[in-house]
Amino acid sequence: MSDALHPAVAGAQPSQRAEKNPEAPLFEGDYRDRFERVLSRYPNKQAALLPVLNMAQEIRGWLSPQTIARVAELLELTPAYVRSVASFYTMFSTRPVGKHVIQVCTGIGCDLCGAQAVVDKLLEATGTRIGEVSKDGKYTVVEVECLGACGFPTVVQVNDRVFENVKAEDVEGLLAELD
Amino acid sequence: MAYPYADPRETRLLSKHFGEKDAIGIDGWIERGGYRALKKALGSMSPDEVTGVVKESGLRGRGGAGFPAGLKWSFMPKDDRPRYLVCNADESEPGTFKDREIMRWTPHQLLEGCIIAGYAIQAEHCYVYIRGEFVDIVRILNGAVGEAYERGYLGRDILGSGFDLELTVHLGAGAYIAGEETGLLNSLEGRRAEPRIKPPFPAQRGAFNMPTTVNNVETLASVAHIVMNGADWYRQWGTEKSPGTKLFSCCGHLQRPGNYEVSLDFNLRDLVYELCGGPPEGRALLAVIPGGSSVPIMKADEIDCDVSYEGIEAAGSMLGSGGLIAMDESTCMVRAVRKMVEFYAHESCGQCTNCREGTAWLAKILQRIERGAGREEDIPLLLDISANMAGRTICPLSDSAAVPVVSSIQKFEHEYLAHIRDGTCTAVR
Ligand SMILES: Cc1cc2nc3c(=O)[nH]c(=O)nc-3n(C[C@H](O)[C@H](O)[C@H](O)COP(=O)(O)O)c2cc1C
Ligand code: SF4
Ligand code: FES
Repeated sequence: MSDALHPAVAGAQPSQRAEKNPEAPLFEGDYRDRFERVLSRYPNKQAALLPVLNMAQEIRGWLSPQTIARVAELLELTPAYVRSVASFYTMFSTRPVGKHVIQVCTGIGCDLCGAQAVVDKLLEATGTRIGEVSKDGKYTVVEVECLGACGFPTVVQVNDRVFENVKAEDVEGLLAELD
Repeated sequence: MAYPYADPRETRLLSKHFGEKDAIGIDGWIERGGYRALKKALGSMSPDEVTGVVKESGLRGRGGAGFPAGLKWSFMPKDDRPRYLVCNADESEPGTFKDREIMRWTPHQLLEGCIIAGYAIQAEHCYVYIRGEFVDIVRILNGAVGEAYERGYLGRDILGSGFDLELTVHLGAGAYIAGEETGLLNSLEGRRAEPRIKPPFPAQRGAFNMPTTVNNVETLASVAHIVMNGADWYRQWGTEKSPGTKLFSCCGHLQRPGNYEVSLDFNLRDLVYELCGGPPEGRALLAVIPGGSSVPIMKADEIDCDVSYEGIEAAGSMLGSGGLIAMDESTCMVRAVRKMVEFYAHESCGQCTNCREGTAWLAKILQRIERGAGREEDIPLLLDISANMAGRTICPLSDSAAVPVVSSIQKFEHEYLAHIRDGTCTAVR
């Protein structure tokens, strides 16, 4: 894997996979290699923080206090600093999430075209409230701002897959496709 | 597959190859004339000549502010500090989805522009800051970057010219404010994406404290065409003050939403009714926001103007990012404005009191008006809060949040009053 990955793009891998392991070792093997490649692209270690947090979340699914402490140590930053940066960005989860994180755009473009009905249907079908992990651990539904595909409403992103033109009646089919 | 929205009335310069799967890879791109401009620039032009032709072309920044690109490049100090080029691919202005399309179909068009711009400002490293949500687009861009390195278009001694340029794709992590150029620079440095006080401008002190130019994806994608064909050729489209073509991302209540590229003297009404097909059958158009949620709302009868920067301004709004949002008569204006304001309230970085508090108050008041619990004094109150938010903060997000509020009250006050006085909504269901 890592041999094919050019250092220019090593830090920019879409990270939200369904397979996550909160116990996985951080930055060993291939990931160690990727970590080094990422560092080589910036004039200082701090600049690698977003890509490295991204990688950590890819490996472990969410950024636990232990994960944050380890990232801080590797980049010679304090855990408090790393936490304050991580909490600024909505894509970093500082709480556990479901296997499938379902982000529904409720921005103005999608809202005009019925996003609310899609949200309602998703919550009903997964039996959750916004931001909750479903009982079976499979789903977390969140509302997000414009996903940059407003011409194709409603836009729904699940982990690293994007679904366009989703209507309320498509929700059951979409959930079935995830398993 | 043909691009779904192609229309003969468009001027498809940047979007010419949208929808052609073969144009995505480097061989297909080269077959379509790709990287010839790079050869021309590195082979026969000095960096100042490249800046010169871009200046003469009159190309204006497509990220929202419309600042002339060549002029911006010429502000870069010529000392021996490292210089950076940053491509702003954070595209998060609600209603805007053009940069995504450029990168999805023609990633090499962007890369060629980045390399030429990097040469013009003599950058040593270009960072493409792309929003983290663009997972599918990031994969495409990553592939293209690998190919460009393999062919020697990036890296050391590009095409034997002695010019070196590294390029790194940097993923954002979900923050609208990271699209503001100094917020972006902080984010790139591993900080919270909080905008910086200007001056110093990025050209003096940008990424890692070094001279930096920040340009939007569409701006950079236009560069290769200009370098290849010249300034006069580019000026055959658009107006004196707004030369060239521009992508409009059109969404909302339209029969054919999508991206359309038109000459900058195209008529806005024709864009809405002809290219996009107007609102769905049987519904009348209510309003248009022509340039992303940060620009004033126009009434349906105000859009007979050309889409140039000055044309839309004369008609009372702004070109902004070219994210056109159409609303038909089924729209509740109070709800639409509430949604836009909630966006800004959520995305305010919180550094400035007027923005942090102002956006939260606007949202709260709009929520109560929409529920039918508003008071008549709420309208002057909204205007008063808005006035306190404009021109007093570190970055223009605060101003942007007030824009839909003020312009909707100016033009659709009766919709507010219907909610307040009668507990009803004027939207046609
Ligand atoms: C709140 C805010 C958000 C912005 N978001 C973006 C964005 O997503 N993409 C972009 O290119 N420019 C954005 N801009 C404009 C940038 O600050 C900057 O002007 C632009 O990237 C410069 O490139 P250009 O001159 O090529 O347009 C934003 C500005 C503000 C104030
Ligand atoms: S205006 Fe708002 S978003 Fe901009 S710096 Fe101030 S608080 Fe942050
Ligand atoms: S508003 Fe939903 S993608 Fe932009």
